[in-house]
Amino acid sequence: MPTAQPRAQATFTGGFNAEALSDFLQSRDEPGWLVQQRREALAKFEAASWPTLRDEEWRRTDIRALKLSAFAPPSHGEPGSAARAAVEPMRARLASHSGTGLVQIDGTIAQRPDTVGLPSGVVFLDFDTAARQHPELIRRYFQTQAVSTDADAFSALHGAFFTGGVVLYVPRGVKLETPLYHLIGLTTEGSVDFSHTLVVLEEGAEATLVQETTSVARQTPGLHVGAIELIQAPGSRLRFVNIQNWDSHTWHFSRERALVGKDAQLQWTVGGLGARLAKVNQEVALTAAGANAQVNGVMFTTGRQNLTYITRQDHQAPNTTSDLLYKGVLKDSSRIVWKGMIRVEKDAQKTDAYQKNNTLLLNDTARADSIPGLEIEANDVRCTHGATAGQVDEEMVFYLQARGVPRETAVRLIIEGFFANVYDRMSLESVQETLREAVETKLSI
Amino acid sequence: MSDKVLKINDLHVAINGKEILKGVNLTIRQGEVHALMGPNGSGKSTLSYALMGHPNYDVTQGTATVDGVNLVELEADERAKLGVFLAFQYPTSIPGVTLANFLRHAVTNVRNPNRKEGEDLLPMRDFRKELKASMDELGMDAEFARRYLNEGFSGGEKKRAEVLQMSMLRPAFAILDETDSGLDIDAVRVVSEGVNRVAAKAHTGVLVITHYQRILNYIQPQFVHILFGGRIVESGGTELVTKLEQEGYDWIRAKYPLEAQIEDELEANATGALPAAAR
Repeated sequence: MPTAQPRAQATFTGGFNAEALSDFLQSRDEPGWLVQQRREALAKFEAASWPTLRDEEWRRTDIRALKLSAFAPPSHGEPGSAARAAVEPMRARLASHSGTGLVQIDGTIAQRPDTVGLPSGVVFLDFDTAARQHPELIRRYFQTQAVSTDADAFSALHGAFFTGGVVLYVPRGVKLETPLYHLIGLTTEGSVDFSHTLVVLEEGAEATLVQETTSVARQTPGLHVGAIELIQAPGSRLRFVNIQNWDSHTWHFSRERALVGKDAQLQWTVGGLGARLAKVNQEVALTAAGANAQVNGVMFTTGRQNLTYITRQDHQAPNTTSDLLYKGVLKDSSRIVWKGMIRVEKDAQKTDAYQKNNTLLLNDTARADSIPGLEIEANDVRCTHGATAGQVDEEMVFYLQARGVPRETAVRLIIEGFFANVYDRMSLESVQETLREAVETKLSI
Repeated sequence: MSDKVLKINDLHVAINGKEILKGVNLTIRQGEVHALMGPNGSGKSTLSYALMGHPNYDVTQGTATVDGVNLVELEADERAKLGVFLAFQYPTSIPGVTLANFLRHAVTNVRNPNRKEGEDLLPMRDFRKELKASMDELGMDAEFARRYLNEGFSGGEKKRAEVLQMSMLRPAFAILDETDSGLDIDAVRVVSEGVNRVAAKAHTGVLVITHYQRILNYIQPQFVHILFGGRIVESGGTELVTKLEQEGYDWIRAKYPLEAQIEDELEANATGALPAAAR
């Protein structure tokens, strides 16, 4: 409906304009090429159209209540002791299963990783420091290969105002045994998070990064507009976990894409626990022969949460494999939308691709939408998909109750069990535990 | 502690509005062993499910009490806390929940009936030690505790897991619902010995529900009852077992023509009308 566009166009950008960008840049000391990129992204943002329910990707994701005018571009503040204390339980949990980590609270670094113990050449830094110290790295990989600012209004907005986030670069042949973590916390009213995650593994490198977001329950809405880029050279192995655990007033928009090179292996697990509404585009591209991606999803929604995941498995080369398993548990009037696509290019013969979505509905008012999709250009492939939706099996509940387990605990055990086959796919126990504990914490609320 | 009494009084039970039990009377004291026999569809499994509190089984009349507390009004977990245990004929598989984790919750709740949701579970170390000892007694591999509950268990493993649960929960009353079905004779012996050992230790009153004599060679009943047409029509000693083994149910049919008619109807409906759990 082109006629409806101008009115929406005029208002959606809120305070995210050229003037705000200038002010924003004033407070930062950034190289010219980066400033230029931001300006270009802002122009795209201003020219973009605001998503509506008429757009295919947004049909089940209603953001009419989101007003960008309620937010200001990210600003720096010094996290006070209260902010640190609020984030500490989650930090402690992550730290107990990992090596060193980066903590950012309200856009400011609250803990820098201890890089002393890391092998030489490894870069594990907050984004701003990395951009200053390793400009060549950032220029080469940042928004050039995996994620672009052209996708939609949010990707352009992110490109213009991104702040914070993490860069992990592992040089050729270096294997990091211990998981690293990155925690993003929001504690103040109306604060926003525009973090960018960039992971680059060179040939034969190995690493594990666990990322979690958290925010203390606030009265006013919060906003996350983020991006994740995972870039893997041949033979590298990456385990990446990102757990979205915002409070229920926060809007979450994220563009995420991995490029998995020749014989490289990716195990990517997403946890969707928090947010008022989330719209996530999670994509893996198998770019060369022998690339393998395992994609896991654990979602648990309550109240009126609405999480939308648009996934894509791009098979661009022969003999590539991908295996996606998303599992969701929905309570109250919450909703989870999963729309998956397996795309197999003409040259990608002998592709083996799988996608599966299982959901468990705890209430009649909860709703799950599973929309698998296949686009196959090659003729010698194996692509399968499946989706199930069901309720907690009363026979299971009875069996547990018959052994003295109260109903509420019985249901909780069944839900934990429902997620278990996702945990079982994760080869690192510490990573399993991180996710399991995040889910258990939410379950016990 | 004085012995508890499980008293079933004029119990009527319906499934989907169809009455299956039509006034069952039975009293079991702790330490006693009772056998309940009867043809297919006579209501044996219905009695066990109704006593344990399966939501699909409506008690339309009568009571079942443990020391005066009416089970009928309680949730299944509260019945378990009062000391009632059902060894299921077809134990339910629960994917993703390990036998050990499940049992830790079960044992904690049953031993601390006043425990509030969310309070601490039994200390892991003590629990593991006890579980290991119980598993050793039953000749079960320790690895078994890490498997998901009944998931992919063979028939024999399932029954053994039921007895393991009984052993850990030390119930005052255990109903064994066709625990011998689907087992070969060696497995029947192992499982029966397990039951006897637990029952002796916990002074458990046992109700063995079975079609066949063979399990009763191992778990020897003092009292034998015949459930027929939804009622217990005969009670006696082991001579009843021998008589059934030799003569079948024809003499019962002849002696109780009214019940025989009901029994025929129930049998016709047995496979069609029962919910999945009872099949």
